[in-house]
Amino acid sequence: MGSSSPGREGIGRPGEGARASARPRRVPAYRRSAEFRWTHDAERCARCKRCVQQCGFKALSWEDGPVVDPDKCVGCHRCETFCPQEAIAVVPNVQHYRPHPLWGQAHRQNVYLQAETGGVLLTGMGNDLPYPILWDHLLLDACQVTNPSIDPLREPMELRSYLGRIPDKVEVKMKDGRPEPATEMGPVLQVETPIIFAAMSYGSISLNAQKAIAMAAAECGTLWNTGEGGLHEELKPYADRAFVQCASGRFGVHADYLNAGAAIEIKIGQGAKPGIGGHLPGEKVSAAVSETRMIPVGSDALSPAPQHDIYSIEDLKQLIFALKEATNYEKPVSVKIAAVHNVAAIASGIVRAGADMVYLDGFRGGTGAAPTIIRDHLGIPIEIAIAVVDQQLREEGIRNRASIVAAGGIRSSADAAKAIALGADAVAVGTAALLALGCTLCQKCYTGKCSWGITTQDPRLTRRLDPYVGSKRVANLVRGWSAELEEILGAMGVNAVESLRGSRERLRAVGLDKTTLEILGVKPAGVGA
Amino acid sequence: MSDSGFDRDRRSVSGCGLSGMMSLTGERVTGEAIRDSIAILHERSNGLGGGFAAYGMYPHRKDQFALHIMYYGAEAQGQAEAVLGEAFDVLHDERIPTRPNPGVVDPPDLMRYFVLPPAGKLEESGMSAEDYVLARVMRVNSEIPDAFVFSSGKNMGAFKAVGYAEDIADFFRLEEYEAYIWIAHGRFPTNTPGWWAGAHPFTLLDWAVVHNGEISSYGINKRYLEMFGYQCTMRTDTEVMAYLLDLLIRRHGLPVEVACDVLAAPFWEQIERMPEEKQRLYTMLRQVYGSALVNGPFAIIFARDGEMVGVNDRIKLRPLVAARKDKWLYISSEEAGIRGMCPEPDLVWAPRAGQPVIGRLGSDVVVGEPGVGETAGMGQEVPSG
Amino acid sequence: MRIDARELHYRELNRQIREAVAGGETRFELANVNGQRYIGDGIQGEKVQIDIEGVPGNDLGAFMDGPTVRVRGNAQDAVANTMNAGRIVVEGRAGDVLGYGMRGGELFVRGKVGYRVGIHMKAYRGRMPVVVAGGTAGDFLGEYMAGGMLVVLGLERQDGEPLIGDWCGTGMHGGVIYVRGEVDPRLVASKFASMGPAEEKDREDMRPHVEAFCETFSLDVEEALAGAFVRMAAISHRPYGAKYAV
Ligand code: SF4
Ligand code: SF4
Repeated sequence: MGSSSPGREGIGRPGEGARASARPRRVPAYRRSAEFRWTHDAERCARCKRCVQQCGFKALSWEDGPVVDPDKCVGCHRCETFCPQEAIAVVPNVQHYRPHPLWGQAHRQNVYLQAETGGVLLTGMGNDLPYPILWDHLLLDACQVTNPSIDPLREPMELRSYLGRIPDKVEVKMKDGRPEPATEMGPVLQVETPIIFAAMSYGSISLNAQKAIAMAAAECGTLWNTGEGGLHEELKPYADRAFVQCASGRFGVHADYLNAGAAIEIKIGQGAKPGIGGHLPGEKVSAAVSETRMIPVGSDALSPAPQHDIYSIEDLKQLIFALKEATNYEKPVSVKIAAVHNVAAIASGIVRAGADMVYLDGFRGGTGAAPTIIRDHLGIPIEIAIAVVDQQLREEGIRNRASIVAAGGIRSSADAAKAIALGADAVAVGTAALLALGCTLCQKCYTGKCSWGITTQDPRLTRRLDPYVGSKRVANLVRGWSAELEEILGAMGVNAVESLRGSRERLRAVGLDKTTLEILGVKPAGVGA
Repeated sequence: MSDSGFDRDRRSVSGCGLSGMMSLTGERVTGEAIRDSIAILHERSNGLGGGFAAYGMYPHRKDQFALHIMYYGAEAQGQAEAVLGEAFDVLHDERIPTRPNPGVVDPPDLMRYFVLPPAGKLEESGMSAEDYVLARVMRVNSEIPDAFVFSSGKNMGAFKAVGYAEDIADFFRLEEYEAYIWIAHGRFPTNTPGWWAGAHPFTLLDWAVVHNGEISSYGINKRYLEMFGYQCTMRTDTEVMAYLLDLLIRRHGLPVEVACDVLAAPFWEQIERMPEEKQRLYTMLRQVYGSALVNGPFAIIFARDGEMVGVNDRIKLRPLVAARKDKWLYISSEEAGIRGMCPEPDLVWAPRAGQPVIGRLGSDVVVGEPGVGETAGMGQEVPSG
Repeated sequence: MRIDARELHYRELNRQIREAVAGGETRFELANVNGQRYIGDGIQGEKVQIDIEGVPGNDLGAFMDGPTVRVRGNAQDAVANTMNAGRIVVEGRAGDVLGYGMRGGELFVRGKVGYRVGIHMKAYRGRMPVVVAGGTAGDFLGEYMAGGMLVVLGLERQDGEPLIGDWCGTGMHGGVIYVRGEVDPRLVASKFASMGPAEEKDREDMRPHVEAFCETFSLDVEEALAGAFVRMAAISHRPYGAKYAV
């Protein structure tokens, strides 16, 4: 903290106080209350100093034993996990102020922080406010007597899915007494499970983290997504299972990149920060990042809020076809949008503009960095977005023209099954994959200090993430969820995921109001077939 | 449920018995054999519905649409007849002859009309005669609460009621009709009280479908059909089946064999074993028609003029047995049912999962018969073992 | 005792059999059977013999414990359902789900058998169920099989007709399947069952059952045993072992 007395600097200076948006000046804090209590049992401590080494946030130092700087500890639990003696316990520091139902701890802390800094609050990962989670109000059906359930262990179960534009019908012509298709099928993506990985760029996550996910995608026969950070040399072998993203910053986008991937994704928005661009600070633009993003080392990587060649839907069409031309119409094009209030009409426009996939990112989706206020208060739930988009496309008779990929808060195979029953062709997972890599959801990704080596470029931290081991963990997660999806299908008496897809009849709701039920197209529990 | 019994708010699911017989040469027989067959499958039904469809039964009026209509009350009849009179030339009308049967209670009024769309009106509508008739039938069924058209094809007719199928055959005096295709259904509905209109067969113009099983993919099949303008108002699985067949065969022009392979699609691992060209077709079929895959246990027999088809689900969760005797093809849920129609068949076989058995008028070759070769069930090519 | 089953409801037919068995009757001839279910259901006693002329309905010999049943015709689905002991002989073909949960005894079918034959058959305390099919078998042969022996002889097979269908031995965790002739390995659920040539020891195990089968149908044993057999057996007794996150 500075030594000048609090509150003087920057106040009352002529010409500055008049503009709230003027560059804020930092003033010292009175006192910030620690969010976590870091406790240490000196009797058990083996004095190995491992905790000090493990902390990415530099919260620990050694003075004849570990000492914590309580302001710096973010509760990532890395030290605790790696203490061989189980001498450390990190617990939330609850009730450090008198509880207040309206002014929760977070509100007060945020006000203090902003009073101190005059800045926009930043955060990482997904919305952590207790909005109702519709997944937890939906229940899946099972067979009893009138139709048999199917045991997924012994009977064939099919999760294979295709993403992309599908014709409305197959025309068959007879040749030598055998039927042959007269219809041509455009490029579609085959996945062995309807679980794919969400976009996470190299830059926002470490190369090792991205590599782990890419390897897992290859292992599971599914897809990963470069995000808008370009395609690193080392990941080229996995490019045939990648969405290569083309976002507003156009980082690393050129013809080779577009042709390297399995599909192209135009990123319009992100669930965690709809309508907001991004910014990778220059400090993180290392030599490797600079090469992949095709920008100079150390320069800020700015992703503008809109794509500046898309100010309307016909511009989107122009970009879609520019990309298709560049890739000889061999790559399906996905358009990723944040789920916002008018999502159904927007999605319909996207499909009519020629996209082969619509990627819907709900308001609970994760991020490497976003303004807290945006993350926490903009957008709509993915559950609703899937329901209205699927219905809208059906009503317009264009549902076959594009696949729906749903993301933003898919926590388990049950969420995935419910998303598919509402109408998604596949779900994309980001946070869950990072959890598989060790992330504890401390939400400090934006600091670039991730102790788990995930959302950081610091080689001291990234090298602790072994991409091979990581890929096995991520692949296991997909495998476990896929096996659970098979269990769910089996209990419902169907042996192919397409028989669940859009089958809202197999969902029932508890505790939802009538309007929400109508929007979801789901009946309340207790209503039969 | 309304007094009339036309409760359309709930979906009926059922397990049932099916039988069908067809003369490949068009030889016509009375309804006694099919009655005896479905009677043997008595255990598969619970007396809450049954019915029959017969083809070639109105040879003297074979070019006219035969409408079978049930009415609860004179008012409904008046309204429906007004619609008919306005839309059609009604060439003949009569009461459908019945005889009292203690097993068939509270029958509605049952009428039969032979109609043709007047040339002028047809032209004005710009529709085919079939679509014109279908639209009027739908109108009666959706707008007049106590009237229900349960048969509307040419030279064919459906008969259905609440009761056991054999009693229903007696009630409708099926021994007095002759036909070259007969299909029958004994119903075991599990969650709805029986109602006359909801009994099988389900018909759509000259299509008739009888069905056994509960469709586990009903939800998506229904939403898929809605995209093509079909409204599933009857809330029965069979209706979904009939509309899917109509969509695939009539509107998308798929050969019957291929349409059956959409409903009971081969597995990916089976598709991967097919020769390349065929693999391309079947991959595409699954990609395009995933929502039309009928998942869960089913066996169906469906017929239209000149064709009878039996098929079951992709892992054979419902039984289906077929048999040949001379120029006749028989299909039933059980072999006992076949022997009810034909005590000494030449050949009895159990079709593989999803493999259709298709009899066609004028052809001695039955698709799906053992030894018939390549075209037999084109989707289920069996690797040699 | 001879019963004409024409037009006789199964309840009446089976009541007559049960009462006669209780009264000491051991030989039954049922004529004109067509579709009557549950014949022999739950009947106990090794001396009881039931001869059926016609096509018996589903669940023939369900829960049966000892009797011998001979069908002079075809049989339908679910023959020998959860049968404990005894023998069922079918001179024609039989349908799906034969020998479901069968714990002991024998089922001999002269002709083809349908889907899911021998599903969840098991062996227990010296009892070992055996199913021998003279013809070919449909998909899911030996599904879930936990014990006992399934033999498919493939006699009188049509050209190009596969011996068995898809997914043979899926979920299998015990018992053994023998098929005479070559089997496309893609038909075997390799996650559960391994396939290899049947050895001399296997032929010895099989022989008494094939002999009994041939004797029953007056067939030549050597012909039925001629040529190579393949053997399918469970890879693990605990196929669910690796499935759970424990
Ligand atoms: S930030 Fe993480 S590693 Fe550092 S002290 Fe806190 S819990 Fe431990
Ligand atoms: S990725 Fe790292 S910084 Fe981000 S929430 Fe997870 S543990 Fe924290």
